[in-house]
Amino acid sequence: MILHIALRELRSLFLSPLAWVIMGGLQIILAWKFLGFIEFFYTLQADLINIKNAPGVTDLIVAPLFDFSKILLLMIAPLITMRLLSEEKQNGTLQLLLSSPISMTQIVLGKYFGALLFFTLLILQISLMPLSLIAATDLDMGKFAAGMLGQFLNVAAFTALGLYMSSLSKQAVTAAASTYGLLIMFWIINIAGSSDASGSNFFNYISMTHHSLQMLRGIVYASDIAYFILFSLGFILLSIRQLDAQRLQH
Amino acid sequence: MPSSLINAQHLHRYYANTHAVNDVSIELKQGDILGLLGPNGAGKSTCMQMLCGVLAPSAGKIEINGIDLLDQPNLAKQHIGYLPDKPPLYNELTVDEYLNYAARLRHTEKNKLNDYREQAKQRCGLSQHSKRLIGNLSKGYQQRVGIAQAIIHHPKIIILDEPTVGLDPIQMREIRSLITELGEHHGIILSTHVLPEVQAVCTRVQVIQQGCSVLNKSMAELQKRNQLALHLQENISTEALLNIPGIQSAEQTDTGRYLISGDSLHNSLASISEYCVTQNWGLLEMSPAENNLEQIFIQLTSSDAGSHNNMGTA
Repeated sequence: MILHIALRELRSLFLSPLAWVIMGGLQIILAWKFLGFIEFFYTLQADLINIKNAPGVTDLIVAPLFDFSKILLLMIAPLITMRLLSEEKQNGTLQLLLSSPISMTQIVLGKYFGALLFFTLLILQISLMPLSLIAATDLDMGKFAAGMLGQFLNVAAFTALGLYMSSLSKQAVTAAASTYGLLIMFWIINIAGSSDASGSNFFNYISMTHHSLQMLRGIVYASDIAYFILFSLGFILLSIRQLDAQRLQH
Repeated sequence: MPSSLINAQHLHRYYANTHAVNDVSIELKQGDILGLLGPNGAGKSTCMQMLCGVLAPSAGKIEINGIDLLDQPNLAKQHIGYLPDKPPLYNELTVDEYLNYAARLRHTEKNKLNDYREQAKQRCGLSQHSKRLIGNLSKGYQQRVGIAQAIIHHPKIIILDEPTVGLDPIQMREIRSLITELGEHHGIILSTHVLPEVQAVCTRVQVIQQGCSVLNKSMAELQKRNQLALHLQENISTEALLNIPGIQSAEQTDTGRYLISGDSLHNSLASISEYCVTQNWGLLEMSPAENNLEQIFIQLTSSDAGSHNNMGTA
């Protein structure tokens, strides 16, 4: 049942121009960046030979590309998640789901995985560029995989937060605006974490940037994975609760 | 087999401080077509939403086909097909895609999916429009798609919230005959503002006024009232009318106008007119009283308005 809802969601996305515009736009921007990184690598190449333990292609091209794409994904996420529940409420189609013999959890998870599936496709699309380097050079596949995992965990968290915001409002734009606000907040909150004060670590801990940094270097901490999973799970649960609450009172 | 398809007892529903539904009980039996009537904002839609599990009642108990809706919502909802006042359509899907989705949401088995979809389309006159985008259909056809999704999984209970709103008279008639046809095998609840619609299709009527149920009678009961309207030249007392054999009650509605009732008035029309003539009352007109639904509706909803006014804030 979750799958049916998710596939319907994905289908509707691809039936609108939005998904295609996003995919195309993202690819063009990232291709431009990618060329820039390759160019940069070429100019450095001669110097790198003389350095011991010099950073390789993966560090100089793939990691910065993934780092940059995460920012783009952060900007795209609210555009996709904003309609998830608010549009269903606005159009009255939520009543179809609510009067069907399915649970609130199934509805919310269906919506969540529908959007996440789209983002997974986006990430796979992004990964094609670094993968094309295999033809010319050796990639550090471990680092590449860690980078991919980092991106996936990031969008999983973005989607969950966006879904919750979408459950709060009938207006998709309101949902998008609040998702942007919170996502950027979680992104930059570790600025306060760079001081030596005792609360500093806390801000580091709740920041998304902090938790995705190591994965770009190819280091996967269980705590980082746990952060993203808990983050996503938390907002999914809140969405379920929110929908239930709306059924109980208006 | 439980005796009633829907057995909802003492439903209450609050929106913040507004008591939108106040102690309404609804019962629906197999083969019944129940018409929910009421002015705007009376609480009809809220009642229907509670019966479908879209809204949770603030208090009360709902049994769907003998299954408690609050305890086992998924089991109970399997028996319900619901058309909200605004059809829940995805404009970007085609009719077929949408109906498939609606059927799957109701756990329709894969091997029955195509059959059920074709049946629903055929019943709602959509067979020619399978591949069309819902967003491009006219309002009447969108309404039909809405009804098709409500009946696609062969539910025992069909709940239709204002199914004929926005349709042209021909479409209205088609939808009405569809509802009558569906009523033979399902229990149906429909809400409407259109009173002739209720008279045409419903077997039972429940009037809701300011959140309270003020009338719950079968159509036969409502139409059984044997009443005659008399128009006489003379202004006589009602007691004089009671002397006419077969008349049990009489009331004056205007100067020279009377409403008389009795068990088998229509069999004694000749004797009544003869009596009036012999008494020299100057009989001008004798007609079946138009005690139709509209009158009952207006009586109930206007006279009760005062007495229930304070319910909301109580």
